[in-house]
Amino acid sequence: MEKGLLELTDVTVRFAGDSGDGMQLTGSQFTNTTAIVGNDLSTLPDYPAEIRAPAGTTYGVSGFQLHFSSNDIQTPGDEPDVLVAMNPAALKTNLSDLKKGGTLIVNVNSFDSKNLRLADYETNPLEDGTVEGYNVIQVPLSQLTNTALEDTSLSAKEKTRCKNFFALGMMYWLYSRPIEPTLNWLNVKFKNAPEIKAANEKALKAGYYFGETTEVFTTRYEVKPATLPKGTYRNISGNEALALGFIAASVKSGLPLFLGSYPITPASDILHELSRHKNFGVRTFQAEDEIAAVTAALGAAYSGALAITTTSGPGVALKTETIGLAVMTELPIVIIDVQRGGPSTGLPTKTEQSDLLQAMFGRNGEAPVAVVAPATPAECFSMALEASRLAIKYMVPVMYLSDGYIANGSEPWKLPDVDALPEIEVKFRTEAEGFKPYLRDENLSRPWALPGTPGLEHRVGGLEKANITGDVSYDPENHEFMVRLRAQKVKNMENDIPELEVRGDKDAELLVIGWGGTHGAISEAVDRARNRGLKVARVHFRYLNPLPKNTGEVLRSYKKILCPELNMGQLSKILRNEFLVDIEPFNKIQGLPFKSSEIENKIDSILGGNNGRK
Amino acid sequence: MAENKESAFSKVSADKQDQVKYTAKDFASSQDVRWCPGCGDYSILAQMQRVSPDLGIKKENMVWISGIGCAARFPYYMDTYGVHGIHGRAASIATGVKINRPDLSVWVASGDGDLLSIGGNHFIHACRRNIDIKILLFNNRIYGLTKGQYSPTSEKGKKTKSTPYGSVDFPFNPISLAIGSGATFVARSLDRDAKHLQAMMKRAADHKGTAFIEIFQNCNIFNDGAFELLTDKDTKPDHVLVLEHGKPMVFGKNNDKGIRLDGLTPQVVDISNGQYSINDLWVHDELDKNSFRAHILSRFDEMEGLPTPIGVYTQVQRTTYDEDFHEQIEAIKKQKGNGDLKKLLYSMNTWEVK
Ligand code: SF4
Repeated sequence: MEKGLLELTDVTVRFAGDSGDGMQLTGSQFTNTTAIVGNDLSTLPDYPAEIRAPAGTTYGVSGFQLHFSSNDIQTPGDEPDVLVAMNPAALKTNLSDLKKGGTLIVNVNSFDSKNLRLADYETNPLEDGTVEGYNVIQVPLSQLTNTALEDTSLSAKEKTRCKNFFALGMMYWLYSRPIEPTLNWLNVKFKNAPEIKAANEKALKAGYYFGETTEVFTTRYEVKPATLPKGTYRNISGNEALALGFIAASVKSGLPLFLGSYPITPASDILHELSRHKNFGVRTFQAEDEIAAVTAALGAAYSGALAITTTSGPGVALKTETIGLAVMTELPIVIIDVQRGGPSTGLPTKTEQSDLLQAMFGRNGEAPVAVVAPATPAECFSMALEASRLAIKYMVPVMYLSDGYIANGSEPWKLPDVDALPEIEVKFRTEAEGFKPYLRDENLSRPWALPGTPGLEHRVGGLEKANITGDVSYDPENHEFMVRLRAQKVKNMENDIPELEVRGDKDAELLVIGWGGTHGAISEAVDRARNRGLKVARVHFRYLNPLPKNTGEVLRSYKKILCPELNMGQLSKILRNEFLVDIEPFNKIQGLPFKSSEIENKIDSILGGNNGRK
Repeated sequence: MAENKESAFSKVSADKQDQVKYTAKDFASSQDVRWCPGCGDYSILAQMQRVSPDLGIKKENMVWISGIGCAARFPYYMDTYGVHGIHGRAASIATGVKINRPDLSVWVASGDGDLLSIGGNHFIHACRRNIDIKILLFNNRIYGLTKGQYSPTSEKGKKTKSTPYGSVDFPFNPISLAIGSGATFVARSLDRDAKHLQAMMKRAADHKGTAFIEIFQNCNIFNDGAFELLTDKDTKPDHVLVLEHGKPMVFGKNNDKGIRLDGLTPQVVDISNGQYSINDLWVHDELDKNSFRAHILSRFDEMEGLPTPIGVYTQVQRTTYDEDFHEQIEAIKKQKGNGDLKKLLYSMNTWEVK
């Protein structure tokens, strides 16, 4: 049958199914292939906190959204154009997100009475009008997969498990993607399980050919490669980029990388990734608890490592006292907080930006640390180098705020020229003559004097120290002096970090400010508003402490300021307090990232009248 | 790049041999010692400073780590490298130092509250890993620095400020805990027995792996006399059993008492009246690979009539965590070749945009 080929610029696909259906795998395979095809892309995995929630239930639904385009894109897309629902529960939890008139592909075999009941459907939604208004494509996915695998020796259960590859093959056909990258992947992954490999291959190909031959698809789509800047690219998630970034920092500083960590969602992948690269001399220590993880890092820093610890909010809470010790002993450690929904255990697998105030102030006493936050998955790489540089140069702990959204999300990354990455300068004190542990250099940093160096024997500790000598001191004047000195040291970094760059209209009436992982949604919203003729500008904070030097000047240049955050307004609080400017917070606390349309609507409502148009 | 600095470290350990001659004074820092006059900590510090010159460790390679408490001031008084950390975390800070720098000799000074209460988790995990650090427990069975609350080693019924009607919880047995957690060197000594304490410190220093010494330490302010029976020269012989490897367990003023193992039950026997002879006694074997005998020894404290053993309970050889940790890294480097950053970044599913 002759089918039409339609060129699209922009598609958002969501795969949704049971936790056991392999949706994360399907999504990441589709992503890798899409990256290789050369589209720009952005992903949003969304999975439940339970590892294997009962099959067929709505709380066991796992999803993976992918936005790809021939244009430059910033977000995983607000509403999917296509939803692949592997069972009734996936339909139930995802249908409301599907774009009006969007395409719904369902595995019709799974719509039996048991699964309908588990998803709390009283009648079959495919028959009772629920899916009316969508382009519904019913595919007997399970049955077709089983038929394709008829002559294999796999059990019925094993055969059924291959259905996600059938779905993947079908989607490859529908969006004109090659199946080879996934075939290659299967070759490596199932090197030692030839039967499983062969079955998945078969299912993948069967799905692809099904697309070609079936009459349910009348049109095939194509999304041309995006015109990205020249270079070599790979697809990368935030956690991976972060791990690679610290390896790069280790190479560029000449210091061994030490990671003290305790498993926690969504930061564990960093521990996994770094543990794979021991040939770089990476020292990964899975500690007995969060506190041991950071205290070991502190010990490693004292003895000359590039020391980091990775965790999420609840872990930061436990590490608090040690971070204070690092402030007091003036040792360089980087604390990576991959933020998730809180408080307490909160929403372990969902994203939030609610640890900013914790990072800034969550310690006893006056205990200032540097705080940085990458804005995109790929930026997690360069920010790792930057956090390391600042920690070492200023002998100060650095809080590195990632979040679940950029940690698990991925995007194409233009690989840096490794030789052009700047070296990180490290100055160990070796000269015994005139040495004092709390001597100060031009940045107020104290010398890094390593055990093993003759003549520099000294003690550091949590008790207040006299400046220069480092002797324990209870002197009131000295304490105030040291508190101010530690604050000044962090403040001094402002001369060493980039200023804010305002994007958009110089004469804008409204400035939209953000930090961390909301970058994509904000920039997309601002771009769209501007395309519609609205005068809007935006800035994005990657340095939260100290703030860029021109922050006050930028904030005071606009009549209105909007600050979207995935919290109750934490950055707004800090900026209002510091600069006495009026900032309108725009908050979402649902464990989900912003949709750019949400921000765009807010911009419209602020700029007022005729949907914001002048 | 990383290579250069790492090899600089290993050089430090390599020229350990050509020792400088030290005296005890070289290990005393310039800081005034601020423990209460009469505190048992003074003796522990003095013994440590006395043995340090004989340990074959350059003082720049020695690192003292502590948490919080009276004992935790120890690093300030040793003229070596040191970190006075936070409450309970000395063992984990020390673990980080040792993993990162296996060439250093890493020591922990800790009290019973610090090591066994707030820091209990780190202590058992250090023992389990057999990381090559030395842990000195200054056990005075009380909280000193916070002015006299009962501790996890205080006897049940202890009356203190926080337990005016007596404590209702059972104490830890630190030796049992260490053995049970897999420590490869476990010993006990007394603050008042300078010679014995020095010998134990030296033995701990020579041991490869987690070495634990419980030191009974008198807090003359809040728990004075807690160990008097064991340290007073009149009562000591009948209450203390000095463990010596390969020797039968004999004690008593006139060396007339001994320990006999009846099945798994230790009993005190008289070897002066002809019923039992020295040949019937339990011969201490600190090298016994099975820790159950050491464990029986550690339970003497809870058994009526049995003396309190001091000395080395057990010393076994196991590879250390830091050793295995670095051996693994070296093996992977050998197998995969030293990491190449460019290769790492450009290795996976890349594509070109022209
Ligand atoms: S309170 Fe007790 S343990 Fe602390 S210094 Fe005084 S005597 Fe020693």
